[in-house]
Amino acid sequence: MIRWLLALLVAGACCAQDRVVVGSKSFTESAILGYMLVALAEDAGAEAELKTFPGSSVAFAALRAGEIVAYPEYTGTLKRELLAEQGLVSDAELRAALAELGLAMSEPIGFNNTYAIGVTRETAERLGLATIGDLADHPELRLAFSNEFMNRGDGWPGLRDTYALPNPARGIEHALSYPALEQGQIDATDLYSTDAQIAAMDLAVLEDDLGYFPRYDAVVLYRLDLGDAHPPVLASMLRLGGAIEEDRMRSYNERAELGGPEDEGRVPPAQVAADAVNELFDLGAEAETRSLASRVMLRTRQHLVLVGVSMAVAIGVALPLGILAARSHAFASPVLGVTGILQTIPALALLVLLIGPLGIGAPTAIVALLLYSLLPIVRNTHAGLTGIPGDLIESADAIGLAGLDRLRRVELPLALPTILAGIKTAAVINVGTATLGGFISAGGYGQPIFTGITQNNFALILEGALPAAAMAVAVQLAFDGLERLVVPRGLRL
Amino acid sequence: MIGLAGITKRYGAHTALDRVDLDIQPATTTALIGPSGCGKSTLLRVILGLIEPDSGSVSIEGRGLASWDRRELRRRFGYAIQSGGLFPHLTARQNIELPAMAHHVPLDARRIAQLAELTHMDPELLDRFPAELSGGQRHRVALVRALVLDPDILLLDEPLGALDPMVRADLQHDLRALFDELNKTVVLVTHDLAEAAYLAPRDILLLREGRIVQRGPFAELRERPADAFVTRFIEAQTGRVAALVGAGP
Repeated sequence: MIRWLLALLVAGACCAQDRVVVGSKSFTESAILGYMLVALAEDAGAEAELKTFPGSSVAFAALRAGEIVAYPEYTGTLKRELLAEQGLVSDAELRAALAELGLAMSEPIGFNNTYAIGVTRETAERLGLATIGDLADHPELRLAFSNEFMNRGDGWPGLRDTYALPNPARGIEHALSYPALEQGQIDATDLYSTDAQIAAMDLAVLEDDLGYFPRYDAVVLYRLDLGDAHPPVLASMLRLGGAIEEDRMRSYNERAELGGPEDEGRVPPAQVAADAVNELFDLGAEAETRSLASRVMLRTRQHLVLVGVSMAVAIGVALPLGILAARSHAFASPVLGVTGILQTIPALALLVLLIGPLGIGAPTAIVALLLYSLLPIVRNTHAGLTGIPGDLIESADAIGLAGLDRLRRVELPLALPTILAGIKTAAVINVGTATLGGFISAGGYGQPIFTGITQNNFALILEGALPAAAMAVAVQLAFDGLERLVVPRGLRL
Repeated sequence: MIGLAGITKRYGAHTALDRVDLDIQPATTTALIGPSGCGKSTLLRVILGLIEPDSGSVSIEGRGLASWDRRELRRRFGYAIQSGGLFPHLTARQNIELPAMAHHVPLDARRIAQLAELTHMDPELLDRFPAELSGGQRHRVALVRALVLDPDILLLDEPLGALDPMVRADLQHDLRALFDELNKTVVLVTHDLAEAAYLAPRDILLLREGRIVQRGPFAELRERPADAFVTRFIEAQTGRVAALVGAGP
């Protein structure tokens, strides 16, 4: 079982030589552009795959690390956020700075997706708001910005200082800010100027009269070595330069987020991208449309790898630790203490901490899950072994059973129900926690949940959440069955 | 055969055994008796090496305990405790086989059948788990387990505690017959004077607060008590029925 899972993991993590992996951030516009890059790469004869990242910094790190060869980025984000410490102003300076990192960017794709601050039309008219500076006259207005905007160099901190805004602000998942605006729970939020929701919700965009926000020209950011390894692929991707003007991009976003004309319904970003490259470059691209069943199957397999490998290693580490802790008081408190502390780190924080040394992807998620699974197993192994009645231990001793013999014939069988309960707890928690792997592109059920949240797509969220819940229940039932199978009958009487 | 010299064992401020000297001859049955907390169970565990005394020395067959190979020593002892000490995850048979496994000694089914007969245990019980046995049946299984490697010394800690009186009487009878037949060195702990007098009429040790108050045959303890405590202890137990419900008609 473990070998089978490891084999799957290796097969999943490794990549064939003639493949290119393209990246995108998870929001709709970036996803559409990412799928377009995939289609263009495939048109040049390569096998291409899209990997989705939760934010700019991880996507940029993945590009620098060579996990991906290219992804759509914005010049403003590069100058103000990713390379902010260099104080870059012109595009020429930016290109020079990128070249030093072994990177380059295409000609602008053709639209400027700058940040904007939006309020509802009703709020704007009631309070007479026209510019961002007008917000300062109404400190009671509740501002909520996407989590990335809250912390970016070109986001809220600079905006607040530039306009001397006294208003409090808090973070919110971008896709959730629209319903929050609509329901009056917040008064203003950050928008992208190509945001489909601006027109759909008839939002008022406040004028940036002090010119705080720079231009966010969309570009294809790529590794210079892509030109050496796959020149036709790079050439094909660079066709995106100058190809999409602002209205066109907004209509793509609208089709994916709100549905196309004539009640077409929401169109998956992959399909929008395929239609776009066919229209723009006269290609015959087809969106890779997996059936719901095959999508769920694929993610089930990925999720099982995350859970299975992390649990297998966790059991292998935690059982001996629990046994040692039960044997030695001196060892017990540090072991239980350290595993206990690991458990108190929020799972998401643990994932982010591990991105530093391990990068993103399934192996990182597996390490986080395994660290997270240690405590229930260590604690229950320790409790099961130390909870054996003293007269039984004494009997074993008097019989002459000692060391490993005693452990194997008496102690472990007696502690087995408690140990199994610990493993079951860890496994059920693990199935749920593994969905956070979506945050770091680890695959599994978390991927549709995460993408669904960033693209405001409830059906997509359910596509991950329901199977995850089902798997948790299945794991629970499987362990109940295993318990009947392996716990000696004498202990169940 | 078993020799204890100056054994002292303390638990914090409590002195469980206070400079105990004791010799036990081979092929005799000795009962350790006394009120709760007098140190009788501790003494048994010191002999077995389950408890390390703070001072004093233990010798078995004239050799100090430390010079014995622990496993070899374990083989020479059969040990059974009040609750039976049976492992709940093993059947009666597996419990009985465990000492043989621990010492890598081959064990054939005939040996178990023989011991079952000797202890008047129904062989059908062998494939039951402890939870499926009555208290008396568990004691018989524990006894078979203690005897399975044919030890030289049998150490029994309240072997018949927590049993109802009828079952207890049966087992007392069987135990005495067994001791007579096997002719082993037996040391048993009990709080019941009648049981001690019945099972070990020739050698009773009365302990109090970690010291041996008097040692001798039951008749001697009754007729020539060493001090007022011995008198009180014997009267409290022999006069129990009369004291509680009055003399008979």
